Amino acid sequence: MTTVHTRRRALHPLVTGLLVALAASIVCGVALGPVPIPFPRVLTFLQAATTGGTIPATDAGQYHIVWDIRLPRVLLAAVVGAGLSVVGVAIQAMVRNALADPYVLGISSGASVGATAVATLGLFASLGVYALSVAAFLSALAATALVYLAARTRGGLTPLRLVLTGTAMAYGFSALAMLLVFQAPHGEAARAAMFWLLGSLGGVTWGSLPVAAAVTVAGTGYLLANARRLNGLSMGDETATTLGIDVTRTRRHLFVVTAAMTGVLVAVSGAVGFVGLMLPHLVRMVVGADHRRVLVVAPLAGASFLIWVDVAARLLAAPEELPLGVITAALGVPCFVFLMRRRGYVFGGK
Amino acid sequence: MELGLDGVSVDGIVHDVTLSAASGQVVGIVGPNGSGKSTTLRCVYRALRPSGGAVLLDGQDLLAMPLKESARRLAALTQDSHVEFDFTVAEVVAMGRLPHKGAFDRDTDRDHDLVARSLRQVDAEHLAGRTFLTLSGGERQRVLIARALVQEPDVLVLDEPTNHLDIRHQLDVLALVRRVGPTVLTVLHDLNLAAAYCDRVHVLDGGRVVAGGAPADVLTPDLVLAVFGVRAHLVVHPTSGAPQLLFGHPEVSP
Repeated sequence: MTTVHTRRRALHPLVTGLLVALAASIVCGVALGPVPIPFPRVLTFLQAATTGGTIPATDAGQYHIVWDIRLPRVLLAAVVGAGLSVVGVAIQAMVRNALADPYVLGISSGASVGATAVATLGLFASLGVYALSVAAFLSALAATALVYLAARTRGGLTPLRLVLTGTAMAYGFSALAMLLVFQAPHGEAARAAMFWLLGSLGGVTWGSLPVAAAVTVAGTGYLLANARRLNGLSMGDETATTLGIDVTRTRRHLFVVTAAMTGVLVAVSGAVGFVGLMLPHLVRMVVGADHRRVLVVAPLAGASFLIWVDVAARLLAAPEELPLGVITAALGVPCFVFLMRRRGYVFGGK
Repeated sequence: MELGLDGVSVDGIVHDVTLSAASGQVVGIVGPNGSGKSTTLRCVYRALRPSGGAVLLDGQDLLAMPLKESARRLAALTQDSHVEFDFTVAEVVAMGRLPHKGAFDRDTDRDHDLVARSLRQVDAEHLAGRTFLTLSGGERQRVLIARALVQEPDVLVLDEPTNHLDIRHQLDVLALVRRVGPTVLTVLHDLNLAAAYCDRVHVLDGGRVVAGGAPADVLTPDLVLAVFGVRAHLVVHPTSGAPQLLFGHPEVSP
């Protein structure tokens, strides 16, 4: 009897490598910036901070940069990169469309309305630095509800209706955000709004981290627990039903989970493009389409990726910062085209 | 395992369909376009909830079972099998284990063995590592049947399994289903294939069962004229002895 090869290569080496890369990326992300800080110092400071050690008073300035400015920013980059990658994987399976990304449901465009309203009209001024995030999250929530209600049918949420409704709504929300930008009383407000629309981690503090991290971890856990169902959904709704999946309920739950994750991530980082669309495909090219594998690798790869994107955003035009969306595209597109050509990836069709 | 449809109705499409498939039998459903064949089948594999009637598996109400339990007993090859991502053939077949698995269960050696065995049964073991999207129509159909077999079902439901296949693959697929299948309920377009491969045939017209029984008793020229509006001549296959129909276009026939 011949052996039939039904197993994929084990993931452990790749996952271990990605974890090491992530740890290295975090240290590099903290060390690199307009004011470079030597690696040994970074490690000393991090050790002092986590174990309650002491540092000489002369290092206080650098310590402040490492602990209060760079570390929360790097960690948030990791969380956002991981979250967007995972949401991209889930949404592509949920709407069964290889071109879908976390923003296809109109959630980020919805968030941009709230964010630009704060940036240009000065709403929620009493909330201080959190005004933008809160407004972005609230309007993301409102957009999610609108898309859900408009796309819903008696037979549940169907993939094509979801994509069409989300895309149509996204145009509406973007138009509204653009209108706000052009009505902005002064150029600086318009610039701030545009910067947010392209994604930015500037001005991040420890305060933004816990909620985003908790939602990302919980959401990723939920999706991992449903990885087999995501595989089933990729086969078509009727086939998924014959595999014992309650398609209507599963899709409704996925919609809520991915919308919540997207809303929170967009609120802290703006609409960072490309990551949620291409990272899932990059990962599938390497480990295959099985969601039990993709959902383990995608967050690790996405986390490191966005840390380096943010480092580039800080360094390339220092002391100015570039929007993250510009760099994700500049880094990601060549990388993606290279991998696609090299590996003969079918990419959702012949 | 016996499958029975008892008065299954779907408003405006299917009316009071009653038929059964005894354990190990291959039972066919034939009928003109729009006669409710696929709708009837969708009620059986639970993509559609009938407005009346029951689907019984050895006397148990299938529609009252949790979806996961019915998926362990009844597998189906549907018309909408469309794979969006680059799954390998082995991964597609392994999805048949889904109803047997909890959220964090790993694939066991037995799962891998079942996948390998099913691929062998459909003569597709050499395709295991291939991307499903690169397969030909005949290969896809065989792989999807393997996926259904991996579910270890008592009943296999097939919606036009010979669709888009050339004659060689049509015969291969039906012979395969007869050889490896448990109880089978299948919709077929081709009356001669139904006559050659089914133990029993039911004819649907306007959403109602108008005839049922052994192919030789059911697929008569009179019935074909009444249901399909086509003149037919009955001949006996010279080697297999199965009843076969030769069709004449109404305007051309004498």
